[in-house]
Amino acid sequence: MRRAPSARGLLGQNLVPLLFAALCIAGIVAARDAIALEILAGDIVTRLGRNLFLVLSLIVPVVAGMGLNFGIVIGAMCGQVGLILVENAGWSGLGALGAAMLFSIPLSLVFGGLTGRLLNRAKGKEMITGMILAFFANGVYQMIFLLLTGPVIPLHNQKILLDDGIGLANTIDLAGTAGKLDHLLRISFLGGRIQFPLATFLLIALLCLGLRWYLRTRSGQQLRTVGQDMHVAEISGIGVDRVRMRAILISTVLGGIGQILWLTSTGMGTMNTYSSHEQVGPYAIAAILVGGATVTHATIWHAILGTLLFHTLFVVAPLAGQAVFGAVQIGEYFREFVAYAVIGVTLALHAWKSRRG
Amino acid sequence: MSNPALVLRGIRKSYYGNVVLQGVDLEVRAGEIHALVGENGAGKSTLMNILFGMPVIHETGGFEGTIELGGTPVVPATPSDAMAHGVGMVHQEFMLLPGFTVAENIKLAREPSKPNVASRVLGPWGRGLESLDLKRMKQESRAALDRIGMSLDEWRPVAGLPVGHMQFVEIAREVDKENARLLVFDEPTAVLTESEAEELLATMKALAGQGIAILFITHRLDEVLAVADRITVLRDGAVAGRVDRADATVEKIAELMIGRALPERNLPPRPEGRTPGVALHLQNLVVEMPGEEVRGVDLDVQEGEILGVAGLAGQGKLGIANGVLGLFPATGTVETSGSPLPLGDTLGVLKRSVAFVSEDRRQVGLLLDESIETNIAGTAAHVQGRFLKGSGPFALLDKSAIRAHAERMIEEFDIRCQGPTQAVRRLSGGNQQKVCLARAFTLEPSLLFVSEPTRGVDVGAKDRVLQLLVQVNRERGTTIVLTSSELAELRQVSDRIAVVSEGRIQGILPPDAPDVEFGLLFAGGTAAGRGGDAVPQDSVSARLDGDAVGRRDPGEGS
Repeated sequence: MRRAPSARGLLGQNLVPLLFAALCIAGIVAARDAIALEILAGDIVTRLGRNLFLVLSLIVPVVAGMGLNFGIVIGAMCGQVGLILVENAGWSGLGALGAAMLFSIPLSLVFGGLTGRLLNRAKGKEMITGMILAFFANGVYQMIFLLLTGPVIPLHNQKILLDDGIGLANTIDLAGTAGKLDHLLRISFLGGRIQFPLATFLLIALLCLGLRWYLRTRSGQQLRTVGQDMHVAEISGIGVDRVRMRAILISTVLGGIGQILWLTSTGMGTMNTYSSHEQVGPYAIAAILVGGATVTHATIWHAILGTLLFHTLFVVAPLAGQAVFGAVQIGEYFREFVAYAVIGVTLALHAWKSRRG
Repeated sequence: MSNPALVLRGIRKSYYGNVVLQGVDLEVRAGEIHALVGENGAGKSTLMNILFGMPVIHETGGFEGTIELGGTPVVPATPSDAMAHGVGMVHQEFMLLPGFTVAENIKLAREPSKPNVASRVLGPWGRGLESLDLKRMKQESRAALDRIGMSLDEWRPVAGLPVGHMQFVEIAREVDKENARLLVFDEPTAVLTESEAEELLATMKALAGQGIAILFITHRLDEVLAVADRITVLRDGAVAGRVDRADATVEKIAELMIGRALPERNLPPRPEGRTPGVALHLQNLVVEMPGEEVRGVDLDVQEGEILGVAGLAGQGKLGIANGVLGLFPATGTVETSGSPLPLGDTLGVLKRSVAFVSEDRRQVGLLLDESIETNIAGTAAHVQGRFLKGSGPFALLDKSAIRAHAERMIEEFDIRCQGPTQAVRRLSGGNQQKVCLARAFTLEPSLLFVSEPTRGVDVGAKDRVLQLLVQVNRERGTTIVLTSSELAELRQVSDRIAVVSEGRIQGILPPDAPDVEFGLLFAGGTAAGRGGDAVPQDSVSARLDGDAVGRRDPGEGS
């Protein structure tokens, strides 16, 4: 133990993931009678495929020094618009899923661009600005789809409208696109109790490789430079605002695609028109933080580990609540509580560290 | 090798009507080390900002005069513009990214890259997507490091490197630029140890030998003499003199740097019959104030005197007052009137009848959005429990007493405002400063620290501020420690002037000491040993008697 300080440093750096690993193990032990291990594993695999893309979309803004992108909700809305367009056209199948993603990209570019312009005027306050902007965007979204859709914006598919013909229905069935990617190349383990959606994971792997590659290009190096010190970047002749804009555009586009993957994953299949996007920001952010990411440092491994731990806890918490306290609600409450607690603690830690350093 | 790399002609610049450069000419030849020396505020930084095309110049209306680089007239509009013309800058504070490796820093924003599938597909728009060529980055960084004689591993992260090495990484970055023609070193040795500084000077000589023109900005005159071929001295925004190395002496440069007529002293006399003791005793005071570190100060301040504290920016003169007041971590012994003062306990210090007017008026000194009366009376209410009605935790501010006091202060201090309830933010710099002084005087301190009282204050208000300090000193016998970057004003009102350099007091001079002695102490204690002009304690006591003051005050009849 001669290198005790560095061991303590290592522990300190990985405190959050270690704590969550312990919580997960405790939860699994408590819920061992309520759920078979392979069912749990199958559930976690599904949830990884569902959530990872969204969580990965947070990395680029962190590297660019813009913190956790609470504005990802805006990307999620664009993704939902893509799905609404496809549902309106009545398309279905894998092609429809791809079309929804394609439709979402120009929307994400436009609204991501507006987000980027705003965040460039709010340097150092990106997170709170992004969060409030998301609330505002939610208002605009509701105005368009609750008031204008129907009377002003005519729809082809009357089934997704509310009964009086004004506004989209509260829930939209995504039967045409749901599960299509997951079912494309599915591998079964343990007699079908674990279904591994290979195509989805290939897409995620492609994104990971793409992110890795991008961060090693000239453009990615500029991103990392701006992330470390905007002043030095500016003096070195890097257009700081353009680089930050690029980071938000990438994040918003990926957020839109991620939202589509999330909504159409196996076991989802229904879109809550007015609320599906709301929780996306906090939950994805909580997941990457659980993996050990901070406001200034996030990697692909943080995203993967964090999503794994966070969603394991999500699955076992209600079961453990049932087993230990005899009430599912306690577990439900607990996971909500944990998501916001981990964000709060991480932000406090960041403030504390940056004041000290 | 005599064609000039840089020619500046008739450079003029003013900020909001305040002239900071009044026609500066400068010529730097290729392969020459040209030293540019001058006090703070002499215009060195402004000149360099112009040369480097910093936004602050163009946002404030540009400049007059011409710049030629290698014979071509240039108007640098942005830093990248200046860089494109071969101007490199080694900054005083490092422009390095700690999270990057040495090679990444050297190649910052100029990374060599090679095309890949994606960048080829996008054609001319794909340049940003080219992959970094790590091998070439490594090789070229190595070559740049070798060129300045550094055996540093180019793949090490910059975080954790010794400060001296960081400086060399910066130099390697400038040297690596293909067209590097002129390198500006802005106070490069300020943060280095002695051996590191020597290494740096040797490197500068080697670079000059390779034909690069070097503009060396510093205030360490011994270094100037060691490496510079020619020396230009700036004073008050104009060239005060040019010296070749052959005829340069430290004394000559120091005199050119400071050289201005002794300001007229016209001070009222002190009341007689006071027996001065020691008001403030500092022993081995060390203050960790970033940028103004104090590295061991011993000082005795006599009761009833005005002690000036002079020195260049960044040398630690501001750290003394901030350390005593507990605003930055400090160690050492501090005694006021013989009893020890707790360090780091600002409230405790204020309760000991010590007051402080901070150099940072807007951040530390004032509550900008509060009214004038709240600012004036707030500290006294908090620290001394004055201006309160009732007692205990439920005491209320005595609004009418505060109003009356504020109105008296506004009149006495000539604060130009709409009334005592006006927000301080809306006042001019000089009037804000008067509010700061009014607040400090309200505390009726026996020991008052005042830092940079005339910074950002217009000329008329400047005199009034100094006058108020002298007045409180004479009428109430308040001991004042006056820290200022303007030697002239210190000489105008102080009884003695302590000169701080490199975090220590280099010497204490009478206000009428010759310029050259001040210049030498400013330049980092080169006068130590040859000086002998430090004021002995008993002569200070003598000076505090009425007749000694009267010596400089012809109008006084005592």
